[in-house]
Amino acid sequence: MDKRLMAEARLVRGALLAMVALSVASALLIMGQASLLSQLIARAFLQNARHDALVSVFVALLGVITLRALAHAASQHSAGLLAVRVKHDLRARVLRHLLRLGAAFTAGERSGELVVSLTSGIETLDTFFRDYLPALFAAALVPLVMLAVVLPLDLLTFVVLLFTAPLIPIFMALIGMAAGALARSQYAQMGRMSAHFLDVMQGLLTLKLFNRSGAQRETIRAIADQFRHATMSVLRVAFLSALALELLATISVAVVAVEIGIRLMYGGIAFEQALFLLVIAPEFYMPLRQLGAKFHAARDSAAAADRLYSLLDAPLPTAQGTQLVPSTVNAIRFDRVSYAYADGQRAALNEVSLRIPRGAHVAIVGASGSGKSTLLLLFMGLLQPTSGSIVLETDAGDVPLASLDLEAWRACLGYVPQRGYLFNMSVADNVRLGDPHAAHEAIARACARASAAAFIARLPQGYDTVVGENATRLSGGQAQRIALARAFLRENALCYVLDEATASLDDENEAAVLASLAARPAWQTLVTVAHRLNVVRDADEVVVLDGGRVVERGTHADLLARGGAYYALLTAYGEVAYA
Amino acid sequence: MRSGAAVLWQLLRLMRPFAGQALLALLLAFLTVMSSVGLLMSSAWLISTAGLRLGMETLSVAPTAVRFFGVSRAVLRYLERLVSHSVTFKLLVKLRVWFYERLEPLPTARLQAFRSGDLIARVVGDVDELQNIYLRVFAPPLVALLVTLATVGLFALIDTAAAVTLLAFMAAGATLLPLLTWWAGQTVGRDIVQTRSALSAHLVDSVQGLADSSAYGDTPRLLAGFDALQTRLMRRERQMVRLDSAQAGFSLWWVNMAAAVVLWVAIGRVDGVLLGTLALGTLAAFEAITPLALAAQHLGKELEAARHVLDVLASAPAAGETTTGTMELPGGALSVTFERVCFRYAPDDPPVLEDFSLHVPPGGLVVVTGESGAGKSSLVNLLARFWPPDAGRVLLGDVPLAALSAEQARACLGVMTQRTYLFNTTLRENIRIARKTANDAEVEEAARRAQLHDFALSLPQGYDTFVGENGAALSGGQRQRVALARILLKDAPVWVLDEVTANLDPITANEVMRAVLAQAEGRTVLLLTHRLSPVEREALARRGQLVRLQGLHVPAG
Repeated sequence: MDKRLMAEARLVRGALLAMVALSVASALLIMGQASLLSQLIARAFLQNARHDALVSVFVALLGVITLRALAHAASQHSAGLLAVRVKHDLRARVLRHLLRLGAAFTAGERSGELVVSLTSGIETLDTFFRDYLPALFAAALVPLVMLAVVLPLDLLTFVVLLFTAPLIPIFMALIGMAAGALARSQYAQMGRMSAHFLDVMQGLLTLKLFNRSGAQRETIRAIADQFRHATMSVLRVAFLSALALELLATISVAVVAVEIGIRLMYGGIAFEQALFLLVIAPEFYMPLRQLGAKFHAARDSAAAADRLYSLLDAPLPTAQGTQLVPSTVNAIRFDRVSYAYADGQRAALNEVSLRIPRGAHVAIVGASGSGKSTLLLLFMGLLQPTSGSIVLETDAGDVPLASLDLEAWRACLGYVPQRGYLFNMSVADNVRLGDPHAAHEAIARACARASAAAFIARLPQGYDTVVGENATRLSGGQAQRIALARAFLRENALCYVLDEATASLDDENEAAVLASLAARPAWQTLVTVAHRLNVVRDADEVVVLDGGRVVERGTHADLLARGGAYYALLTAYGEVAYA
Repeated sequence: MRSGAAVLWQLLRLMRPFAGQALLALLLAFLTVMSSVGLLMSSAWLISTAGLRLGMETLSVAPTAVRFFGVSRAVLRYLERLVSHSVTFKLLVKLRVWFYERLEPLPTARLQAFRSGDLIARVVGDVDELQNIYLRVFAPPLVALLVTLATVGLFALIDTAAAVTLLAFMAAGATLLPLLTWWAGQTVGRDIVQTRSALSAHLVDSVQGLADSSAYGDTPRLLAGFDALQTRLMRRERQMVRLDSAQAGFSLWWVNMAAAVVLWVAIGRVDGVLLGTLALGTLAAFEAITPLALAAQHLGKELEAARHVLDVLASAPAAGETTTGTMELPGGALSVTFERVCFRYAPDDPPVLEDFSLHVPPGGLVVVTGESGAGKSSLVNLLARFWPPDAGRVLLGDVPLAALSAEQARACLGVMTQRTYLFNTTLRENIRIARKTANDAEVEEAARRAQLHDFALSLPQGYDTFVGENGAALSGGQRQRVALARILLKDAPVWVLDEVTANLDPITANEVMRAVLAQAEGRTVLLLTHRLSPVEREALARRGQLVRLQGLHVPAG
């Protein structure tokens, strides 16, 4: 489960090696301490040695204790630094990958979940590197080192340790399997019960509207009580397995103690040695038991890691070109362009051919799912066609879009999605995304064209007002007009690309924005996706998409007269009466 | 800011009903550590006595004691875990009910302040966090105290000097170490929390705004911001790792030093047979001390959670909303009237409504248009008595809202908004929340009229299918049909439709609105929309009246 996570650890050179070395050192120091302690006790006890005779042993003991503490701290330190490094490295890689995958990818994912994966998801890796990994090394190395030391010292104890040690992991696996099955069967139900409280709180206003909020008190108690019972029944088993393990370890220590005690009584072993073995016996089983305790936490880490790696494994779009955008583009042409999303193999666009001449207004219409937004993403170079090509017609011949530096291409477009996103900075800076070096006059002009100047003037700090997280200080319509101003700031844009950009505006503001668009210079092209008749009516060409294919094209009047797909669409929109 | 002690006291009072169980858990925890002490001391004594080789009989009860303590430690630990976790979960039940009992009666105006899902999730997380307070904060110091007293007492029977040494080490380990850890980690910890939340906000921006930022070549700025935050976080986390590992090393050092020094003090003063018991007994006793450093860290976290929860509950204005009604509402169709209403969300905010008047006759339809943010939703808030007007009156029928209880007012309102909340239960129960007493036939009839019936039957378990977290299994159009079914089941005479179709594609929007308006015949309807759809326009032309609401201000959020 954790091969790739282990591979991450290798990025930090020396960390794993340090952890291995420190595990071995810890094991040796534990035994050193036990040995010196036994010596101190044995000499004071059996030889009646006094302080002055024991100073050197005592000082050595203090030294070993200090070294052991240092080794422990160093081991924690290297595991901790490794965790920090891996978390940050992984987070940076995943974010960069996501940004390169682009909006077409993230739109399909739930953005909240993505952010959770990048924050608390990544934080759970801490457990893997700081708890599980050191425990794993300790479990693998400490018993081995101890066995190696015990072997020349006392064969019988060596044999007892050797044969009891595997019992713990075997037992653990057996119990773990049984408990795991039980836990899984309860898990879904427990999750639902645990989330019930949050559910009620989130729906509290709804409950109030139906005068049902007062009655929820008893439901909350009942469900929480059920949750308590279900969880306790799972825990009872888990604790019972811990009990069994502890008894197993205790019995193993007892076997060692009895075997030593009897031989000690009859002179088969020296007191100092016996005491030493007794002190290290629990330390021998401890790492194995601790590994079991950390194992479950590591599984959460592994689940979070799986999610991150599945993001990293999403294939990137093919490498893009480097050519700059030609100075005159006479038209943009789609030649039998198809696009299929990787997941379902469904074709979002199917052999779409289209010519958008310079200065024209082309409107794309169609029911939801007909491929309109995909077409725009392809147009902007945010997706690459699965087959067919998009070319720019220039005086010097056709230039494929794929050969262009797509960043440069997008810099020539003014794009507005259905719900433009505002970043948590000032209004002016949000507009300035369109042109980072724009002067204030240009921003004000763009805002006026987007019908936003008036409300911005009424904001507490005008253009310098910070919009707040998620633009909470603005209404949806206001935020959208700022997003429109962003596009208008690109006064030299070859083409405006509007994806239902005015749907959230009221009639008056929409009319004002449409008027600004209509008044654009004659060389500026306009591509719109829209449902609304008033956006589409004046288009030079209306393209009707259905199931990823172009089913009709022509002017509004032609198509209406034809009574085909366009007419049917307008009927479904309820707009035909106003046409 | 409440003092930590006051907050802890509040929480302790909540635990009173199961104080007995909590004490039992405490006793068990104490006995577990003492068994450990007993086990190590008796085995050390056993080996030492055996070392004297005076014959089996000199071992006396030692072998039995070793066996006894070995088993009792494991069994006691098991029992302690059972009881303490049971206390923890009982506290959770208590906390949730306690929180809900106090939150529910608060004026809805207060609740709306955290309408955003994040804030609710945070306070719910905080309430749930507090369940750990027994296990992580209250119990460890008490167990440490008891174990210290008992072990020191036990040692005093053997040698006073050794007992005093042990006391010094345990007391310092129990107080100075946690304090030092807490003090050293304070600033770094706070900065880590802040940087993480800034990073999270930045990631939300980066992911949600990706379409915009890639269209405008803005991703380098986002990445630069991300890298800056990451660097800061990494530096702070490394500092924390240094502190953590220093603390872990120091704890280990302290335990073993205690054992060595106690032994050293005892040499020459104590019978040699007992030397081993003192050294190993010291090691065992520290089982109760080392968790304290962690408890100190948890204390900070729990206090912060508790403060947040208590703040949410306490900052309510004095006037509750559930005043008992003084008047009865007439039956049948009701009119809705706003009379020269002035309203603002907070005293410092600009007004939303100023001198606003509106009359919807019984059974009539009034459409209010205006840009989002113009104050349309405040009409819902006023009508449902979620907020009181600053001036003017709102009337239902001819009865002023102020003379009605919130329950009375809401009983005759059917409200649909653009975001319909669905509970994580079955479809049937999601509809039934509108009228608890409704039978299955009535629920299905409402669903049929909302054109939801066919969809319901197409689900794997029909009406008994779970809709998932916040109705994840339902599309936008289906959610709104559930909302329609709810208000049909409720059979309220007055309907308030607030941007019901704003999140739907136009075809679905028309279908839903057509269904809603068909069912709205004969009722008093207040329809709020930022823009009239064709279906709404038809209804308006047939039976309604249009009011345009001009935005007065920029909402503060």
